This record gives sequence, structure tokens and C-alpha cells, in this order.
Amino acid sequence: MSTLSTVPLQDPPSLPPEFRPQGPLIRRNSAVTESAWVQWLLVATALLFLLGFLLLPLVSVFTEALRHGWKVYLDAISEPDARSAIGMTLLTAAIAVPFNVAFGLAAAWAITKFEFRGKTLLVSLIDLPFSVSPVVAGLIYILVFGRNGWFGPWLFDHDIRIVFAIPGIVIATMFVTFPFIARELIPLMQEQGTDHEQAALSLGASGWQTFRRVTLPNIKWALLYGVLLCTARAMGEFGAVSVVSGHIRGQTDTMPLHVEILYNEYQFAGAFAVASLLAIFALVTLALKSYLEWRHGDELAATRRH
Amino acid sequence: MDIRIRGIHKSFGSFAALAGVDLDIHSGELIALLGPSGSGKTTLLRSIAGLEFPDAGAIFFGEENIAGRPIRERRVGFVFQHYALFKHMNVLDNVAFGLRVRERGERPPEPLIRERARELIDLVQLGGLETRYPSQLSGGQRQRVALARALAIEPRVLLLDEPFGALDAKVRKDLRRWLRQLHDKTGYTTIFVTHDQEEALELADRVVVMNRGRIEQFGTTDEVYEQPATPFVFDFLGNTNVLSGEVRGRELFVDGQTVPIVTDTIHAAGPVDVYVRPGDLRIADAATPGFDATIHGTQRTGPILRCTAVTAGTGRAIEIEVPHLHYDTQALRAGQSVRLRLGQFSVFARSDAVAGATPRDAPLLIGSERQRSRLG
Repeated sequence: MSTLSTVPLQDPPSLPPEFRPQGPLIRRNSAVTESAWVQWLLVATALLFLLGFLLLPLVSVFTEALRHGWKVYLDAISEPDARSAIGMTLLTAAIAVPFNVAFGLAAAWAITKFEFRGKTLLVSLIDLPFSVSPVVAGLIYILVFGRNGWFGPWLFDHDIRIVFAIPGIVIATMFVTFPFIARELIPLMQEQGTDHEQAALSLGASGWQTFRRVTLPNIKWALLYGVLLCTARAMGEFGAVSVVSGHIRGQTDTMPLHVEILYNEYQFAGAFAVASLLAIFALVTLALKSYLEWRHGDELAATRRH
Repeated sequence: MDIRIRGIHKSFGSFAALAGVDLDIHSGELIALLGPSGSGKTTLLRSIAGLEFPDAGAIFFGEENIAGRPIRERRVGFVFQHYALFKHMNVLDNVAFGLRVRERGERPPEPLIRERARELIDLVQLGGLETRYPSQLSGGQRQRVALARALAIEPRVLLLDEPFGALDAKVRKDLRRWLRQLHDKTGYTTIFVTHDQEEALELADRVVVMNRGRIEQFGTTDEVYEQPATPFVFDFLGNTNVLSGEVRGRELFVDGQTVPIVTDTIHAAGPVDVYVRPGDLRIADAATPGFDATIHGTQRTGPILRCTAVTAGTGRAIEIEVPHLHYDTQALRAGQSVRLRLGQFSVFARSDAVAGATPRDAPLLIGSERQRSRLG
């Protein structure tokens, strides 16, 4: 994707020598007019930045985690509080992602296949979680479901715990990750239009058959891509979850929260060990995402914005 | 399946796409909906299909009013302009789709579905390509897959939206002839939308000429071409010269000439527009009733010599097509004055003379006079 390409472009084989571009190889790309040393400087700056700010921290997470050997590392991630945090994170993702798949599909379907009043409002609302700070999102749920919130007393009377419990964490995560799937699907479904669905209906298919046999195959790669991004974010979410979780160790701690607690208690080995797990999740997600982009780039092109 | 359409209205916001359409189509006919973009032809087709729902009016398939029924209950075969093939299914699965989605009780067993799909693929001459995917087919082949897929449900009516619009000229012509043969063989009542008058005239039994949400004329291809009901139809179906004229009784004075054309069919008085096609203007000797024009330029295209000219009386720019064989075309040069005789022409009340009505909404046909030409 670099616009600073210094790779010499292949000449068309039939071009006689007098028509071939003259000058140093690095200038072959006629749109690039900077001199060679400027280009090298820019590339070097970008690479240094990437190394220093992205790769180095990643490497340091793993070296710090393994500083005291594998035994300490394995102990740190298998002690009960850590296991509970890992379980919480996986559980949260396992609930929030399917919900977001369902809601994201429904929203994308409604927006792209139907005309209705308030459509632009719905489109802007989908973007709300992107623009609102996660901490604010968490506070909203405290305000609504907390002990002194709108529904708090009623919930308390009926012994239903939402904030400082699993439901609150799941709801906050859902809020923060909601746009990922809908945002992937809307541009693609808009581009595909409704002809395929109309064709299926005209051939006698029911709404469900049309969705399962025609719409879903058309959007499956974009959907999977959205699910990946959504999962990564759901597991890594800190701000909103931090507000609603209450930090009850072994009960309402997720992995990011657990890392923070361990770090604040100067248990660096443990903190980095759990953090390395999160980093591994992220790397796997990144690898899958790159594979999808490489394999199904055409279908994702319409949605490429992350 | 006979199709009767009664008083269909459909508006999109303040735009009236269909402003009162009545139409009677007989079983087994091949009908063209012809008109410029925005004329309502596609809206009419989609209303018959159930892809649009009219604001008012009724649509009968036989005796059954299906105006409020959803598309999946209408059993119409709809072929989309861009085919809308399911790209993750091969040709066979595309064609078999309509049979496979039937409810359990009505669905034929799988071997029968495949057999039926193969028959249809053979019918559209794509035998051997069953396992290809749409992306591996040419435009014409995709079109035929779409047709086979629509035929698989044994539709009560076959609807085609600009069926040849996305194809190149050569393929379009071949496919047109082939579709006509297929229609004659299968006998499905078929309605297709086109903005190409040549396509409509070549392919259809009857043509519906539409403009501004209304039907201007509905008739056989000969009728609409030879007896256009309105200036719009005349204009839309081919190149047109509009001459100013005046009618006194049975005499027609064209372009301010003093020698009238005497007709059998015109009985009126007043200013008129005379519509005549470039090929129906014939060069004649000076004693023949007609009008004079000065040649401005000539251009030879194949066997036809096209001349641009300006009329002597009112100075209108006109176009003349002269068959190369019949004249000493060398003699036709810029600056030369010629007497022109009218072959076949139509006379309509002058648009600006009809007070309080626009000409398109109030077509006032006074007469249509045919003087079959003896060339030369």
C-alpha cells in the first residue's frame, strides 16, 4: 500500500529502448517526484516508528512475561483469579459477539434492503459507540441499572444484578462492539443491491430461504471479517467494562482488568503473562484478518476502512 | 395466461410514474413495453411482477386479481437487466433454485429437479456448461441462464427487464432472434421492457408505447409504425421531420406552398404539423405537389444518401434519405434547390395552436394519409 514504492516497475516487453523511461530506477514511478534520499528518509522514519511504537512493546510483553521462565509464566496464567478472568473474557465475547452478529445483520438488512423513515438516524446511531468514550458508555449503564439508577431499586427488589456482575459486562461490551459487524455489512449489502433477493423471491423462495441461500453466501466473508474485529475488540475492551465490572476478583474481572490489577500490585510477571495471552489473541485475529483480506479482497474492498 | 390491467396509478413522491394505465394482453403474446427513460415502462413491468405495488388499480392474471399479492405467490418469471444470477451457485443450481425452494409437499424429488434443470439448460442451448459459475460465462450466456432459471417455475407470465441492455450489438441481435424462436416454441405469455424501438418492432407481436406514465399507443408493430397515434409515437419510432402546414378542407398546404396536396382523409381547417420520415421525402419534378428545399450537405452511408436541407418557405432544417440507386446522386449538391414530394406522412394539430393543452397529453390526430410511393 506504500505510495513510496521504490520497486522498479516492469517495462512492457515490446517497448523499444528509446521510449523506455530514463533516469534512476527509483524515479520510475512517474507520479513520485521526490528525490531518492527524501524517499529513503520517509521510509526509514515510518519503519523506525513502527518498530519503536508497535513492535518493541509487543516483543517486550513477551520477554517480560517469560523473564522468570516458563514455570512462573504458566503459574501466573493458571492461578484461579487469572483463570477466572480468562473465563470471563471468553464468556463475554461468546455472548456479545453472537448478539452483535444478529443485531448487526438485522440493522444492515433493514438499512440496505428497505426504505423507511428515520433511516439516516439509525445509520448515525450505529456509529455512536465509535464516537462515545467507552467510559461514558459504562457510566450510562451505571446510571440506568445501578443501585441508585433508574431501574436500580426495582432490579434490587427482584434480586437481579446487572452492574458489577456478568450481565453488565456483557451489555457494556455489546455496546462498544456493536458497530463492527453492521459497519462491515452495510457498504457491501448496499453495493449488492436487492436484485438477488428479488430474484429469489420471484422464484418462490420464502424470506428465510432467501436469506440463508442467497444473502448469507453473498456476505459471508464480510460477516466473518466483522466477527473477527468484533471478537478482538470484545476481548480487549477495558474502559466501559472497567466502569461496570466493580473489579470483584475471581468474579467480575476480565483479562484487561486483571492485567491492570496485577500491575498495580507490582506483580509484573503475572501482569505480563496475562497481557501476553491477550497479545496472542490479537495476533491470531490479525493473521486471520490478513488471510481473509488476501483471500477475499474483492468482496471486502467495498468495506475496507479499518 | 390473459393479463388485464385496470387503472394502475403509481407515484414516487411527487413524480407520477404511472398515471392511469389500462392494458389487455392475450395469452401467449409477446409484448414490448417501449418508451424513453422515465416513461413508466419499468414501473409497469415491476408492478405486474409484484416488485412494486401500485397505489391504485387492479392486475388480473386470468380472473384472479393479484394486485395485492406478494411476488412469491404470483409465479412470474422475472429476468433482471443485470441477470441477478446467484454467483455462488453453478448453472445447474441456479436453474434448479426455483424447484428446490418449493415446500416439501410440492417439491419434486432431487433427481427429477436435476433432470428438469438439464432440460431447461438444453433448451437455452447451454448443455455442457452445467457446472460453470456465472463469472465463467459471457453476458449472453448469463442472460440465457437467467431465462432458464425463470422458466423452471413454469411461470404464468415471463417478464424481462431490458433483456438485451447489457449486451453488445452483435450478441444482442442474435439473442433477439433466438428469444423470438424460443417464445414461439414455448408459448409463454411474455412482456419485455425496452427503450430500443428497433428491438421492440423486430421482436414483439404488439407494442405498448409509453410516455410520462401513460400509454400513447398499443398496437401491432405495423400499426404503431405506420399509423402512429400521436406525434410522440411518430417521433419515438424513428427519425422524424416536422413541417409546418395548413389544412383547408381536404387540401394540405405544406411549408407555405401554394400548390396543395389533396387528401382523402383530412377534413378540417387550420394550422397543422406534418410528420414525415427522412425516407418518405422524395425528390420530384417541379410540377409535383409538395414543397421546396435547399440542400445543405450530403453524406453517403452504404446504399443511402443522407441530405440535410432547409425548407424554402419556413426555413426548417430537415433530413432526407435518398436510395442511392434511384437518383443521380452526383447531381445532389449543396446549394441545390429541389422539389420534395411526401410519401407516407401523418398530420397532427399544431401543438401551439391547441389552447390550454399540451400536445402530448391531447394528441389530436386529424388524419393519416398514405400515398404509396412509386419510386423514381
